[in-house]
Amino acid sequence: MTIALSQFNEVRLDRVRREFGALNALRDVSLTIQRREFIALLGPSGCGKSTTLNCIAGLLPVTGGAIWLDKSRIDTMRPEERGFGMVFQNYALFPHLNVRQNIGFGLKMRGTPKAEIDRKVNEALSLVRLEGQENKLPGQLSGGQQQRVAIARAIVIEPPLVLMDEPLSNLDAKLRLEMRAEIRRIHNELGATTIYVTHDQDEALSLADRIVVLRDGVIRQVGTPKELYDAPAHLDVADFMGFRNKLKGKVVSVDNGRALLDVEGARISGVARESLSVGSTAYAAIRPDDLVLGEPGENALKVKVDTIEYRGREFVGTAHSEGGLDFVFRSHQPVELGSVVYLQADNQRVLVFAEPIKGRQ
Amino acid sequence: MEAVAPTTHIEHGPSLRQRLAARGFDAVTLLVVPAAIFSLLLFVYPFAFGFILSFEPKNGGWLANYQRFFSDSYLYDTIGNTLLLSIPVTLLNLLLAVPISFRVRLMRHQRLLTTILVLPITLGTVLVAEGLLNYLGPQGWFNRTLVTLGIIDQPLRLVHNYWGVFASLVITGFPFTFLLTLSYVTGIDPALEQAAATLGASAWQRFLHIYLPLLMPGFAITFCLSFVQAFSVFPSAVLLGEPAGTTRVISIAAYQAAFEEYDYSMASAVAMIMGFVQLAIVVLVLASRGLFYRGPASGAKG
Amino acid sequence: MIRDTTIGAKLWAVAVWSVVGFFIINLLAMIATVVTSSFATRWLGTWLPVGWTTRWYSSAWNEFQLWDILIVTFQVVGVVVLISGLLGVTAAYALARRDFPGKRILVLLFLLPLLIPPITFGIPLATVLYRTGLAGTFWGVVVANLVPTVPFVILVMIPFIEQIDPKIEAAARVFGANTFKLFIHVLLPLLLPGILAALLLVLVRTIAMFELTFLVAGPTSQTLVVALYYAVFAAGVRAVQSIDAMAVVYMATTLVWLVIALRFVNPTQIVTRAKQQPAH
Repeated sequence: MTIALSQFNEVRLDRVRREFGALNALRDVSLTIQRREFIALLGPSGCGKSTTLNCIAGLLPVTGGAIWLDKSRIDTMRPEERGFGMVFQNYALFPHLNVRQNIGFGLKMRGTPKAEIDRKVNEALSLVRLEGQENKLPGQLSGGQQQRVAIARAIVIEPPLVLMDEPLSNLDAKLRLEMRAEIRRIHNELGATTIYVTHDQDEALSLADRIVVLRDGVIRQVGTPKELYDAPAHLDVADFMGFRNKLKGKVVSVDNGRALLDVEGARISGVARESLSVGSTAYAAIRPDDLVLGEPGENALKVKVDTIEYRGREFVGTAHSEGGLDFVFRSHQPVELGSVVYLQADNQRVLVFAEPIKGRQ
Repeated sequence: MEAVAPTTHIEHGPSLRQRLAARGFDAVTLLVVPAAIFSLLLFVYPFAFGFILSFEPKNGGWLANYQRFFSDSYLYDTIGNTLLLSIPVTLLNLLLAVPISFRVRLMRHQRLLTTILVLPITLGTVLVAEGLLNYLGPQGWFNRTLVTLGIIDQPLRLVHNYWGVFASLVITGFPFTFLLTLSYVTGIDPALEQAAATLGASAWQRFLHIYLPLLMPGFAITFCLSFVQAFSVFPSAVLLGEPAGTTRVISIAAYQAAFEEYDYSMASAVAMIMGFVQLAIVVLVLASRGLFYRGPASGAKG
Repeated sequence: MIRDTTIGAKLWAVAVWSVVGFFIINLLAMIATVVTSSFATRWLGTWLPVGWTTRWYSSAWNEFQLWDILIVTFQVVGVVVLISGLLGVTAAYALARRDFPGKRILVLLFLLPLLIPPITFGIPLATVLYRTGLAGTFWGVVVANLVPTVPFVILVMIPFIEQIDPKIEAAARVFGANTFKLFIHVLLPLLLPGILAALLLVLVRTIAMFELTFLVAGPTSQTLVVALYYAVFAAGVRAVQSIDAMAVVYMATTLVWLVIALRFVNPTQIVTRAKQQPAH
């Protein structure tokens, strides 16, 4: 293995702003990425994750702040001077160049001698397991193969940083899982530093060392997959991490990191994730997996079952309460439609969040 | 991940260049400048120059050219002559083009037909006029065939009159109208017609209730473009027509003012009147388009 | 369209195809008349000429100085193709890739010379060119012909450029291509088919462009189609067959390029340029 990525210590985004075009604005995004890290930028569309990536790549100019690669400031450099590798959403392979020429493009632009280009391209081809396809045009390749060419093209120039913009979004479900493993394998084999943009929390959770959750151009939370999964800091992060039941209620009491809510007359207690004041509106967030059929009593709500779906090992149902709250729950046995049941959640698995501030969550 | 301490933070507002770039002005935008200057210099400027020049007649007040045009029947008749040629020809071309487009749409090998039809457009009006002079002449193959078939006794007089110009406008205009119509007709999702058929609409009802409303905007544009071409008929009106009589069209009046009387001011006035009449008809047709459906014609996919 | 099998529908189909057939027969017969006449020794009042000859071609060649006219024609066409390619492709690139205030007005400005017939703007244009002394010269003819061809290239190229994913250009940048290399290695190869098609159409249109050339050409700067007009206009001065021979030369010049162009473009493209930007 002679593809040796250039080394550095850290990439630092220092209060990066991008104000023009209201939709993709970034507001004071600060982030430090260590060598060999796999960072996922996660968020819904329009949250600024792709904008962040494009600012790092130099495809969009920043309008404030700075980006540093160790001691050198790079946000003023043109994209062709930065030397990062990038995998684009639709791969952006050059349709008129064959696989070998596509992969070798970056080296050719750098004036690398032909023999060396050939050698490095061969290595990249074997790294992404595309030997034998080198003379095909992109149009003759399957989606997964195109994806591999795009990755090979990005790493063959031995970039300090590999940028990936939703690289799996165009693949079917099965291929997506396969390529997800491939991306992590290549990252590990090369000891690369990767910034990976996605809107799919499964992808982020399974691939990344650290996840950065963005919303409306602001970083909401940064942490390891486990931290985010177990302890989302805000309601919108929790929503992204699969807390599909969000029960609106009033805070009855707050005590020692725990909060008690009044939800439609029922008492729900859970772990307080934000500072709450008694009497204010708050939300109890519960994953469908943690909401199961139970008895009347603590942390139980009376609901009417609307739908029930068989999901192989278990059932997933939807229901609504008298007050109009919607629920998604899990069940081991079938439940009759229209029946009235009690749904119950373990109070250790319920997270309580303050009401998000309107406009700027 | 640590939030970076603000000590290294460099405050700078967006530069002028960034602000311009955000509005879409950057080096790439500048590439449009040469063509824009070219267009201003050679299209807008001459037009404006001609417009002003038309109000600076050789003799008389500032409106003298227009007064002369509208008081001299030899001049103002050209508008009527031109309309009398261009409107019937355009309507005929469109009426022929629509059913034919619907047929050709079903063909698998349209290319041979479209290639043949593109011939008269490519060859141009001068060659068509030259060809028709001989072909439609009293001794030409057309009359000869009709006489042989016994349809007529005497050869028809088809050149050096209205019908010669009419024929030349059909020969060059029909392919143009047809190809435009065809591109509109093929742009409509066939599933719409199939849906109408399953709901019980007959072929005529399908045309009337599905195709016609969807195609109306396209037909209006086709009519305008074809009309504008026919209205500016020039070489064939001279060569095939009766340039001093029934086919004395407005282009001839403009040309004579410029290159026979060397009165560029008058010529510009005629050109302005010509442009105005065209514009008036185009606006009239496009405005009536507002009475019809104006959304996408391709259904949900659009 | 759903195929109908009733008698009425069949009769209707027959009627439609008859009209098409009638049109095509007349069109081809008209062209055949010109060709036949150009090879005829004497052709008066009969189906076919008395005898066949090629001498009209040599006489047309000498009488009309066809060699000089052909050279002028190709020089004009060549320069027009080159300049409209340069101005048109660059402008189309900017219009396809950037959104800026005033873009709609600019597009309308480029659309107008294609919608307004040449004779309408040709008269004021010729007036200006006569005042500046450009009319009658080679460059006057070139400049006049460029007025519709530059917008034509722009409007053909805009959709072509738009369908090239801007991410491909971004990728080239990220992988180290500067503007020049981007153009040479990525844009030019991708745009070449479109440029070729647009320029071939310009070529065919310029050869056949009568009005503008006619209004500004002088004796030494007229193209083949204008020379043909003058020949037909002054019919009687020369033998009909001689004029027909010239017409055949003109047809051959046009058709050669048409055949080449049709290898790269769909025939409907010759007409439907305005459809790319339907009137609003």
